[in-house]
This record gives sequence, structure tokens and C-alpha cells, in this order.
Amino acid sequence: MQSLLRRRETALALIVAVLLGAIAVRAPVFLAASNLDGLLNDGAILAIMALAQMLALLTRGIDLSIAANMALTGMLAALLSKAHPDLWVGLTIALSLVLGLVLGAFNAALIAWLTVPPIVVTLGTMSIYRGLTFLVSGGAWVNAHELGERFVAFPNQRLAGLTHNVWLALLVIAVLVLFLHHLRKGRELNALGGNPAAARYVGIDAARVQLLVYLTTGALAGLSGYLWVARYAVAYTETALGFEMQSIAACVIGGVSIAGGRGTVLGCLLGTAFLVIIFNALPIIDVSPFWQMAIAGAAILGAVIVNSQTESRPRGKLILQSAVTPAASRAP
Amino acid sequence: MNSPVPVLSLAGVHKHFGGIQALRGVDLDLYGGKVVALVGENGAGKSTAVKIMTGVYRPDAGQVQVAGTPVELRSTQDAWRYGIAAVYQETVMFDELSVAENIFMGHLVTRRNKLLDFPTMKRQARGILASLEADLGVDTLLGALSVAQKQLVAIARALSHDARVLIMDEATAALSSREVEDLYRIIRRLTSTGTAILFISHKLDEIFAIADRYTVFRDGSSVGHGAMADVDEDRLVQLMVGRTITEIFPKTTVKLGEPLLEVRDLGNGTEFADISFSLHRGEVLGFYGLVGAGRTELMETIFGLERATHGTATMGGQAWGSSPREAIERGLVLVPEDRQRNGTILELSIRENVTLPSLSRLARGSWVDTAAEAALARQIVDRLSIKCQSLEQAVSELSGGNQQKAVLGKWLAMQPKIIILDEPTKGIDIGSKAAVHAFIGELVAEGVSVLLVSSELPEVMGISDRIVVMHKGRLVRVFERADFDAGAIVRAAVGAGLSSSESVYAELASAT
Amino acid sequence: MSVETVGAEGIVAGHPQGRARWATLKRWESVLAVILLAICAVNAFASPYFLDANNLFDSTQSFSEKGLMALSMALVIIGRDIDLSVASIVVLCSTAIGWLATQGVGTPGLLGASVLCGTLMGMCNGAIVTRLEVPAIVATIGTVSLFRGLSYIALGDGAYTQFPDDFSVLGQGYLFELIPYEFLVLLVLAAGFTAVLHRTSIGRNLYAYGHNPEAARYSGINVAGHRFWFFSLNGAMSGLAAAFLTSRVGATRPNMALGWDLEVIAIVVLGGVSIAGGSGRMTGVILAIFVMGMLTFGLGLRNVPGISMSIVIGLLLITAVALPIVAGKLARRRARGRLISEREHSA
Repeated sequence: MQSLLRRRETALALIVAVLLGAIAVRAPVFLAASNLDGLLNDGAILAIMALAQMLALLTRGIDLSIAANMALTGMLAALLSKAHPDLWVGLTIALSLVLGLVLGAFNAALIAWLTVPPIVVTLGTMSIYRGLTFLVSGGAWVNAHELGERFVAFPNQRLAGLTHNVWLALLVIAVLVLFLHHLRKGRELNALGGNPAAARYVGIDAARVQLLVYLTTGALAGLSGYLWVARYAVAYTETALGFEMQSIAACVIGGVSIAGGRGTVLGCLLGTAFLVIIFNALPIIDVSPFWQMAIAGAAILGAVIVNSQTESRPRGKLILQSAVTPAASRAP
Repeated sequence: MNSPVPVLSLAGVHKHFGGIQALRGVDLDLYGGKVVALVGENGAGKSTAVKIMTGVYRPDAGQVQVAGTPVELRSTQDAWRYGIAAVYQETVMFDELSVAENIFMGHLVTRRNKLLDFPTMKRQARGILASLEADLGVDTLLGALSVAQKQLVAIARALSHDARVLIMDEATAALSSREVEDLYRIIRRLTSTGTAILFISHKLDEIFAIADRYTVFRDGSSVGHGAMADVDEDRLVQLMVGRTITEIFPKTTVKLGEPLLEVRDLGNGTEFADISFSLHRGEVLGFYGLVGAGRTELMETIFGLERATHGTATMGGQAWGSSPREAIERGLVLVPEDRQRNGTILELSIRENVTLPSLSRLARGSWVDTAAEAALARQIVDRLSIKCQSLEQAVSELSGGNQQKAVLGKWLAMQPKIIILDEPTKGIDIGSKAAVHAFIGELVAEGVSVLLVSSELPEVMGISDRIVVMHKGRLVRVFERADFDAGAIVRAAVGAGLSSSESVYAELASAT
Repeated sequence: MSVETVGAEGIVAGHPQGRARWATLKRWESVLAVILLAICAVNAFASPYFLDANNLFDSTQSFSEKGLMALSMALVIIGRDIDLSVASIVVLCSTAIGWLATQGVGTPGLLGASVLCGTLMGMCNGAIVTRLEVPAIVATIGTVSLFRGLSYIALGDGAYTQFPDDFSVLGQGYLFELIPYEFLVLLVLAAGFTAVLHRTSIGRNLYAYGHNPEAARYSGINVAGHRFWFFSLNGAMSGLAAAFLTSRVGATRPNMALGWDLEVIAIVVLGGVSIAGGSGRMTGVILAIFVMGMLTFGLGLRNVPGISMSIVIGLLLITAVALPIVAGKLARRRARGRLISEREHSA
């Protein structure tokens, strides 16, 4: 089974490796430990959000509201820190998770219980959460000096050489691998996205799976909202603007199918790595950062075109016993 | 009966959907070690009964009894707990998951720590597949398997519930006759271990080949049951339709005209090759072969849906590109096999459906003449006597037979010269079949030519002027009406060198 | 037994489409009309400036461009596709004409170039979707970055501000010194799009393949061709909107029209077009354009910042889609209750 999937991911891993190599030839400093560390740190938040997005895509859904959720949660966390600079970081994280979960619950209820299409629901909540971010902040920024010292420091503090940021991403990865591959609900989630009608026949409750998915994307967006605001030490209305598209892009590049049922954690992470490397490499190899967006767009297009071409090949429809060449068949 | 108490029964079960009464008090008994055939026309309530026995639906009234005790099945899982499992007509499975996961989806095996226990699942899956003599890797992705192999996985899945009752709802619909034989062997093995089997099929020959007992449903009621030994085909058909069929295949004799369609050396590289034939005005040219012989693919290529890699199809010396539009403009139309999916647009009105291909004729430029459109729609509805409340009713609200008429009507409005009918009577009841056959007779009387793809030998032999037999993508032989011989046709269809007497016998059984 | 089959889409994507929805659509247009009247009434009460003809017509400028894009986006969505890249097309068209203006091209040339440039980008989307068979949502997620990215490459953090003197007529000109040209164009094209969708074979084909692409193909409809040209049309309309927007603000910047793609889609969905394709009417979309426009105008009059509008839009969007679904569920439940009580009576 996995040979085909594995091939897709090996190909992507090779591309990422070649990309790294090419950049390293141009600018060896890119592979320096400090730079790679920065890369990991930058990639951590995108990885968390891409994995959350993958859950939605696997069930044939989508979550466009995660970036707005990050902005709102991040802003509230920042305002909290401004009011209580000495608040324990663990509590901040817990509150961010809960707040994100609540915002996700709104999506989840509409999608699972009212069966409103996910793209419409999350398009709507994206708009609502972004607007609320403006309302709660009055349009003002919360700047570095207004934030609590520990609030800002936590994501960049290190444990065994890696930042907390990276550790949190690793934790999310581990939980999702366990969930998607080794727990019943996880396999049912895959099955549901692959063939919803068949899932009903084996008694999989679509609404419950969807509830779980959008609660999870919400909670993870909440966590990422705090991480983002702390890492960049600023909260404003446009926090993480367009990040929902980046998360989808990472998934799509990583071979996650928008039609549901197909996608792996590894592929998703490779897609994330690809984007993060490109975004970070440009200034180092003296390309204007203004090229970043166009290159990302071209990469996404390239990836989806390659994916669609390999997916749409008809399989097993060889009726003729021997492959007939036109020349041979013309003979009577 | 050697087991006096049925392992599973329905007693006086009622079920309605909206205003439609699907079941009005049906009784059905299944016995350990016996195959019970459930027969009935489309809409007789067979599928509803199955879904009640598997816990998908709950009855409005009446009981489901397991070994004589009333039980309540609230979900598929409940049914499994009682050892009731089903194999459905459509393979309701997961292409992106492995064979083992497909078998256990819905009751995945976990360890005590809640983690999935893959080794156990794979071991058990291997065991079940081995008992079915199915040589399949448990790690293979389901999407990579053939239809017949998927069917085996579906059966394995049913067996993974330690099924004491196995329901096979049209499980043979997509199988070739050889594969059906394999299925019979599996069924016999299962019954020998005491499993009760409910076998649902439209094909009477299959029922006579495998079943011990029968139950007949008509209009949501059970109208007869007994041992297969005590019944013959005529009697079963009579029970199903409530009357005897006297003349099923009225062949309208029409004088053949000049050749209309010439196909030369047509092939597409993978599915069919070297196909040559000509079709005359007013002719019914039958295409017979096993399922998967490449007939549908050939027809779709002639119609322009797919591209040919070599050869030509011409009308009056002119070829057309790979576009259905051009074929339709030249008077060649195709009525697809899957009518619900490919034939109609269920959500749109009857008017919009039947005039869809004719719009360019009804429009000046692109501007649709609504009065002319309504007139045309009215004309079609009247001619085919489609039963509807108004032209604006959505096609989805029509009965199956009337939907079918809407599909045909859509093409009649184009006044075609050639109609390709792909399995026009597949999955429809005997009453509607006769109507379709009469309709084909009317068409040829008007000078329309028909390419008829059918897997039912009596049908092909009954209404064709000539029969083209295909095997594995190639044209094997063309039979003239004078030379029609069931044995010869079937032998050609299963391949000249092949002498699998069993499958020939199975085909012959359906021919007589 | 068609009554009991549950479609694959019915579960996860979960739209109880079809008849129930179809019947409510026409009612949805009346709901929109009522909402529009209510908004106008509230606005008129809240601000003495609302019912001023000059103010009203001026306010149309804030939504005319999005309105133009919504007209063609509706066709794309009815055809089961979606185009997330329209705002990026606007930016790239604006960049193109900004550059052309520095090369001395006159106003008619700029207008034509903008529409042409949009058409080409729409064709690019259409080709990726139909030729390479990439789902529309994924393809346009790619082009959304690519098109805007090209604009960033061209402009960086700079801007084009040199336009011919008469260029401002497009976005700032008035007929009879009252009606903005932009709004006139919107009205004319809205009428045209309504006619095409509801009275021509093109519109009929669109509904057919929006509901069931396979059956449409078997009916001889060139589905891929239609989709390609609707993407191209969507590009052309974005190009037209770009010319108006550029003329109105007098400058091209790579961050202009940010978020318009989703706003335009929101208008279309609010107008009653099903995101699953096949259903929706142009009158609904046109009403939705005005609902959005009057809402923005009213909030603006009361000095509510623009971004708060997004909360209202989001709520409206969700309500628009959820309401018919909830109504359908309630109706079914009531019907079931009636049937059961009838049976009890007869028993």
C-alpha cells in the first residue's frame, strides 16, 4: 500500500534536499546551525497550522478561519499579558487553547450539526474573528514593551537545545501521528474523507468526527496565536494575515488531497519545510523578499499540477491482453 | 426444513419514507446453512428490508427476530453484534485504506491501551481471505484492486463479524460469469458451516443455481415463499409482477436500408482494438459479451466522449472529432448505462432536462425561445406518456421508470438517426423491460437504427437483426439473425480457446 | 430505491441541496429584499445624510467594483468552480496599466489593457483547471499568490501614481453630475448577466453541468469549454474592476484590494448561490451586492470603522446558508410528526 504514497513523499524529500543543497552552494551560511535553528523556529507555527488544516482537508472540509482565530486569540492573550504582565505562561497557554477551542466550537457546531458547508462557515467566521480582533483592541497594536517579559520569552527559551516553540510543534506532531495512525477515531477520519457514504454503512458518525476536527483546528489555532504574538512580540489586527492560505499551501505541496481521504503527517511536514526554506532563503541568496510571494505561488501551482497528473491516471483499465501498438493493430 | 427456528426473521415489518410506503408488513425467514433468494421488481422493498436487517433503518412497525427472539437493531454495530452482516451492490469501501483496514473499519481491533492492534487485524484478515481462497495482500490499497477483488474484500469484511447471517444485495451485479462461479463456491462453503445467506439478484438463473428457498416481494409486501425445488421461472416471474409474461421480445421486422454508420479498425490502445462493422438504416445491431469486454468503452468512443487512437467511425463518409456535440448534430445519440448519474440532471425540471440537447435548435443565437421550448417538452412528455404533475416538476420527483422515459425523451427530441442503448434494461423490472423493448421496435419502424449493448442473451437474441460478439476488447464474430445460436454466441463471448464448461453452462442457463 | 440512497456528498460536505433548497431560493430573494429595505430604513433614521441622492450615488462607488466581480463569480460558482484569485488579478491588472501609463498609453488603451490582462489571467486559471484537471480551489490558491507576487516583484514597496489626466473619469466621473459611470456599468452588466444566465442556452448549460457535469457531458455540452470561458470572463470582469479601482484611488500598490476575493465570494453566497454548484439566481446576487453596499454605507455614516463591517458580513453569510438548512430540518421534522399522528389516528 504505502509504496505509492511513500514514493510521493520520497520525491518531495528529495526536492527539499536538492533545494537545501542548491541554496547551500550559493550561500553556505544557510546551513549554519544558527540559521537552521531559526528555520525550525519559524517552521514550528506553520507546521502546527498545516497539520490542523490537514485534519480538515482529510474530511473533505477546509478551515479558512484559523488565521483569524490566531489573530483574535493572540490579541486577547496579548491584552491579558498587558493587564497582568506576570501571569504564569502555562496559564496563558491553557487560556489560548481554550479560547481557540471555543472559536473552533462555533465552526464545529455549524458544520457538524447544521451541516453548513465548511468553506462557507469558516469563510464567515474568518471575517467575524478578524473583525472582533479589531473591536477588542480598538484597532491599536500591543507592542513588545507592553507585553509581559515571560510571555514574550517563553517560545524562544530552550530545552535540550531546541526552543519551546519547536518542542510544542513536535508534541503536536507526535499526538497527530498517534491519532491518525494508531487510534480508531483517526482511521475513521481517514475513512470518512475517502468515502463518506461507505463510512455511514460501517457506522461511523460523521458529525462526531467533524466536531472533533474543527475543535482541534480551533484549539491549535489558539495555541499558535499565542506563539505567534510572543515570537514576534506584537499583536495587531492583521496578525497572521493570509496564514490560512499558507497552511493550505503546505498541505497541498505535501500531497494532501483537497478531495479528502489522502494525506500524511510526513507529507504535510515536508510541504511546510519546502515553504519555510524558500521564504527564509531568499534574503540569504540576495533575492529581494518581494519575490517570496510569487515563488510560493509558482511552487504551489507546480505541486498541485504534478499531484493532479499522477492522481488522474486511470488504473487497472487494461482490457486488451497485450498492449497494442497502432502499427501492429492496423494489420488485419 | 432441518432448522425449524429461523436464525433471522422479519415479522410484519412496515416502513415508510415521507409519503412513500416502502414496506407494508413483510415477512422473511432465513435459516442456518440455507441460501434464501429474495426476488422482486425494483421498488418492491428489497433494499429497505436489507437495511432494516442491518440496522441502517428501524421499522415503523413489526419485529426483527433473531432465533425467534425480538431484537432492536439501532445501528450497523448492533446488527454485527447479532452476527448479521451485508455485502452491498455498490462496493461501499475505502480506496485509500488497506485491505486489512477495510475489513475491520467500523470495528477496528484495539489493544488494551486503546492503540490499534495492526498485527492482530492483519493476521485475522489473512485468515479470512485464505478461507475465501482469495490471494490478496492485506497491506494492498483497496483502490488498486479489481471490482471482483473488492467484492471479495467486502465478503471478508462481512465474515469478520463472525456472521451467522450474510446478506448479499445484488452482489453479482458487477461480476463476470467466471467470477460469479467463484462466488457460488464461496457461498456453498459458507452454508456448509451453517451460515444463513440472503441472496438478492435480478438474474433468475443465478437464483436457480444457488438458492435453496425463495421469498418474493411485490409492492412492499411478501407475496410468496417456498423451496426452489417447488417452483419454476414462470411461476417466480408471475409472483413478482402479478401476471404472466406472454410475449417478452416482440421483434419488429423492418426492411434494412443503406449503411448509415461505418466503423473501421477502431481502437483506443488499451480497451478495444480492430473493431469494424457497419450499421444499416432501421437495423438493431446487438453487442454481446461478458461484462468488461470493452463494449461500453467502444460506444463512448463512437459517441465522441473518448478519443480513439486509430481507426475511423464515419456517417455518410464523414468522420467527426472526439466531441459528443458533433455526434449529436449528425444524429447519433447515446443513452448511458448509469442513467441516474449520466442520463438526467435530477435537480432540474422535466422541461429543462428533455430540451437540454435541443437548446441550440430552439435558440436564436443563444437566446432560448421559451415558448418553443415548452411546446417541445410538452410534445415529448405526451408522446412517452411520462407521468408528472407539470413540466416544471424536478426529475428527481419522478419514479424510476418515468425518469428513464425522460432520458429517452431527451434524445427523441433530437430526432436521431442512430441511438446507442447501453444496457437499457439493466436493473429494471420485467414490466418496464417489455416497455423498453416495445419502444425499440417503434424506433426501428420509424427508420432509426439502434446499437444495443446488452449482457442479457435472450434480450440480444430477441430484438437484434445481427449480433456482434466481443471478447477482451476485440470483435470475435458477427452473427446473422438466421445463425443465432445461444451456444455459439456464448462460446464466442467467453473466448474461442476457452472451454470453461461451467461458465458456458451458466450463460446457457440464462439463454434458455 | 432512490428515496433511501444517501449521496456521498450529503454527509461530509453536507448540503441538503436539491428540491428543498431550490424551493427556498426564490423565497431567499424576498428575504434579501426585506433585509435591504430594513437596512435602508435604519440608515435613513440614523443619519439625515443617508437619503441624499448625491450621497447615495457616491456610496455606490464603494461596492461597484466588487459588484462587477460578484456577477461573474456567481457564474463560476454555479458551475461548481471557485476563483480565489480575483483580488490578485485586480492587483496585477492595476500594475500592468500603471506601467503602461508611465509609457504614455492613453485612457482608452489603459481600460482595454486592464480588461485584456484580466482575461489572460482568467484564461490561465481556466487552463489549469480544465486542461490540467486541477480542482479550482487548489489551482486558484496557487495563482492568488502568483499574481499578487508578480505585482510585488514589479513594484516592491513602490507604487505607480502617474496616470493620464482624463483617466480619473472612469472611477470619478458622473453622468448628469449625479450617477457615477462605474455604477452605470454595474447596472448595465447586471442586466446583461441576468439575461445570459436565465434566458440563454449558455445559462442553461451552466446550470446543467453545475448540477451534474457527467450528465451534461453525455448531453453533448462542452463542459470544459464552458468552464474555461467563465474563468476567462471572471478575469475580464476583475480587469474591468481593476481599471475602475485604479482610476478611483489614482494609484497602484501591490497590497490593494486585499481580502476582496473572499468578500466577493461572500456576496455571491449571500445572494443564494450554492457553493456546491448548480443553483442560485442573478437577482439574488444583485440584491446581495446592494445589501453589502448599503450596510457599508450606513456604518460609514455612523463612523463605524470599516473592519467591523466584516463581523456583520460574516454573520450574514453564515445565516444566509444556515437558515434554509434549519428551515428544511424543521419542516421535515414537522412532516414526520404529522405522519405519525395520522397513523395513530387510523390505528
